[in-house]
Amino acid sequence: MKQLSTKVTSNGHGQDSSYFLGWEEYEKNPYDEIKNPNGMIQMGLAENQLCFDLIESWLVKNPDAASLKRNGQSIFRELALFQDYHGMPEFKKAMAEFMEEIRGNRVTFDPKNIVLAAGSTSANETLMFCLAEPGDAFLLPTPYYPGFDRDLKWRTGAEIVPIHCSSSNGFQITESALQQAYQQAEKLDLKVKGVLVTNPSNPLGTALTRRELNLLVDFITSKNIHLISDEIYSGTMFGFEQFISVMDVLKDKKLENTEVSKRVHVVYSLSKDLGLPGFRVGAIYSNEEMIVSAATKMSSFGLVSSQTQYLLSALLSDKKFTSQYLEENQKRLKSRQRRLVSGLESAGITCLRSNAGLFCWVDMRHLLDTNTFEAELDLWKKIVYNVKLNISPGSSCHCTEPGWFRVCFANMSEDTLDLALKRLKTFVESTDCGRMISRSSHERLKSLRKKTVSNWVFRVSWTDRVPDER
Amino acid sequence: MVSFATEKKQDLNLLSRIASGDGHGENSSYFDGWKAYEENPFHPIDRPDGVIQMGLAENQLCGDLMRKWVLKHPEASICTSEGVNRFSDIAIFQDYHGLPEFRQAVAKFMEKTRNNKVKFDPDRIVMSGGATGAHETVAFCLANPGDGFLVPTPYYPGFNRDLRWRTGVNLVPVTCHSSDGFKITVEALEAAYENARKSNIPVKGLLVTNPSNPLGTTLDRECLKSLVNFTNDKGIHLIADEIYAATTFGQSEFISVAEVVEEIEDCNRDLIHIVYSLSKDMGLPGLRVGIVYSYNDRVVQIARKMSSFGLVSSQTQHLISKMLSDEDFVDEFIRESKLRLAARHAEITTGLDGLGIGWLKAKAGLFLWMDLRNLLKTATFDSETELWRVIVHQVKLNVSPGGSFHCHEPGWFRVCFANMDHKTMETALERIRVFTSQLEEETKPMVSTTMMAKKKKKCWQSNLRLSFSDTRRFDDGFFSPHSPVPPSPLVRAQT
Repeated sequence: MKQLSTKVTSNGHGQDSSYFLGWEEYEKNPYDEIKNPNGMIQMGLAENQLCFDLIESWLVKNPDAASLKRNGQSIFRELALFQDYHGMPEFKKAMAEFMEEIRGNRVTFDPKNIVLAAGSTSANETLMFCLAEPGDAFLLPTPYYPGFDRDLKWRTGAEIVPIHCSSSNGFQITESALQQAYQQAEKLDLKVKGVLVTNPSNPLGTALTRRELNLLVDFITSKNIHLISDEIYSGTMFGFEQFISVMDVLKDKKLENTEVSKRVHVVYSLSKDLGLPGFRVGAIYSNEEMIVSAATKMSSFGLVSSQTQYLLSALLSDKKFTSQYLEENQKRLKSRQRRLVSGLESAGITCLRSNAGLFCWVDMRHLLDTNTFEAELDLWKKIVYNVKLNISPGSSCHCTEPGWFRVCFANMSEDTLDLALKRLKTFVESTDCGRMISRSSHERLKSLRKKTVSNWVFRVSWTDRVPDER
Repeated sequence: MVSFATEKKQDLNLLSRIASGDGHGENSSYFDGWKAYEENPFHPIDRPDGVIQMGLAENQLCGDLMRKWVLKHPEASICTSEGVNRFSDIAIFQDYHGLPEFRQAVAKFMEKTRNNKVKFDPDRIVMSGGATGAHETVAFCLANPGDGFLVPTPYYPGFNRDLRWRTGVNLVPVTCHSSDGFKITVEALEAAYENARKSNIPVKGLLVTNPSNPLGTTLDRECLKSLVNFTNDKGIHLIADEIYAATTFGQSEFISVAEVVEEIEDCNRDLIHIVYSLSKDMGLPGLRVGIVYSYNDRVVQIARKMSSFGLVSSQTQHLISKMLSDEDFVDEFIRESKLRLAARHAEITTGLDGLGIGWLKAKAGLFLWMDLRNLLKTATFDSETELWRVIVHQVKLNVSPGGSFHCHEPGWFRVCFANMDHKTMETALERIRVFTSQLEEETKPMVSTTMMAKKKKKCWQSNLRLSFSDTRRFDDGFFSPHSPVPPSPLVRAQT
């Protein structure tokens, strides 16, 4: 229809990708333990459903916040009228402190530099509008969250140029990959405005190393461009290592309050750490006042509901709750991840060693007929339609190597996870490859365990070096 | 300030043109009014001489009914013990289709506010970040950068931001005149269309606000039909912003474009879209409930995908779906709201009538369109700005000058009346009374010399302390009283 904009008639929303198609298939036939036990199990949804009980019991203990009261008096009328795009000061203060807590209180966040947005979806788009002209490019390491194609490019007209990362070094960002991406952008006549990284990474489930973060800060300094660090999974770090934020690195390099620090921005959200995606709470944090100012005005297009701000400011201001929550959240995520990893192992499947996130980056290259994306898609279709598991193929995340899949583990019960693993194991064993594996599975598992332990040992003693593989 | 920003931008390669430019519309000199209010906000006890906020189109008259309902229905919250069993389901719900019960309840509410004369399909209801988000989404869907929308003047200043800022779309004014009550005529539409053509702006649609902000008038059936026919004939879209639908006073009827499309044979419904919100009709701007309702399937589909950028909080969807499903409450609320608006409107208009101050006859809205043309020194916008500054700084009423709404004629002011209590309204009227009687006194004494007469005339000007060097009437516009927003108790509560 020529009366509609090109945004409507093109596919810029990116939702024709397999990532979203899998969801559609799930919706047609969703698993239910009782009503639909043969239905599709959703493993493509990066949600954190493990700690609702903690929030629910907090609500029971805090009836005022729960019923929009202050000192026993309903403040509904005030909330109903509050539409100031600066956001509720109490809420921003609580957000800032929560972000600090997640980073071990090693860095500070000034509430005045926080801009609220309707989820990180809106935060990322808003930052693009602030930093890039149509046709400008941001460099993103692959694989990356498929939603970025929509959030960063669709309505802004910005471009994404991939920084190719490979399994040979655990998909870490290297200097040469950065330079290559920059040169690629130049070849395409695209002005590079910045780099955007997700830390911890979606879909990898790994946090960036200090080496990578230093590299990134040096790179954007030398090129005089921006760095956006999407840290929405920062509270899901469950490994032995502590989460290192780009803010930590700025501090350690003594770059705070410098011109470089004004080009480093953090995106945050409560959708993953607190498991509240429905509430649409996102945030941009920037040290540059002009960006805070412009983004604040833009937030009019997606403010956070005042009743939500009020509830969450009370929740996050309760430090006893937040510290207990963060600790318990990490424990439960770790245990769940372990369950998935060992279940996959028993099916002869390994993952990239992860220390964060709500998913694992699973290596199914050995199950491909050929080392191609067509084969990956074939395998994916079998898993979706025959095994009835919705997992996300690496190609939808722009991975350059076929055979990797993102599998989520925190959005279902333990029983459902076990069932999913059972289905997968049955499927693998039914394939030629699976039969081979099961014959030598004992040997394979032994060698896998050895590898895993040695990686762990290697990592603990050489934290700042590049391991051969994660 | 603009040049400093540009310089800084070049230095640091920092911001996009969108971010460093004035497209947000907030750099207007009219912000003096807001500043004056914020520096000295009226309070009946603490600051009885403060500035009274009459520039904020909010509906605060039925907050008590809302509050009562919320207290009586703890199960509508997912946080109270009565409602917490829904907490986890709602907290994870981020489906951009929205809760089905939310869409059904909103559709039903839209029907009630249109006297049940039309049906709304819940599957066509798309969420957005308030009407602000809805307008931007519609612009992104219907127009490419460089295209234009026709907009009758005077219009809500926020449109400059909502429809243009990040979309690159142009607004082409359709000039309306006081001589015929600011009606939108086909002649004016054709003239605007032609202007756009001459400026090489492809026109993609016509945006009307009905009931009108700032006029408070509603479009009659004839006019609506002519708008539908005009847009259909030209093959362009018609966007009806109906966010004030339920603010018609007393017996007045509101006719929605939805009603009229049913009556027109061969109407191309793919060109018809409605923007709605609960901010005005229900007085809930803080909850950010905006709606795009389109008769065009493709627009619904794509707007829904875009709604990811401004979904309604699921906590709010849940509350609203419960509230709007309570039909007895809704009926009572709408009825009571209309009565209170009518009473408040009567109060202020009676007061103005008694002072010989004119106002545009209107049947809806949270404001009235006040006629102060006879107080202008000259029929110019400079004069209007002078008068406005006196009203803000001396009479201490923050009203909105017509120039900020792109009104074609100087001398009109929008005055909000539903965002304050009765006593404040009385105080405001008293101040207007004192001001007008002062003017009368000063022009009364009959002197023989012309010089003296000239001196005495409009001597409020001698009290002016400010300069009026920038009368950027056609700049990116005075931003609406949407943000910055006056100090809320929630902001003060922090300290």
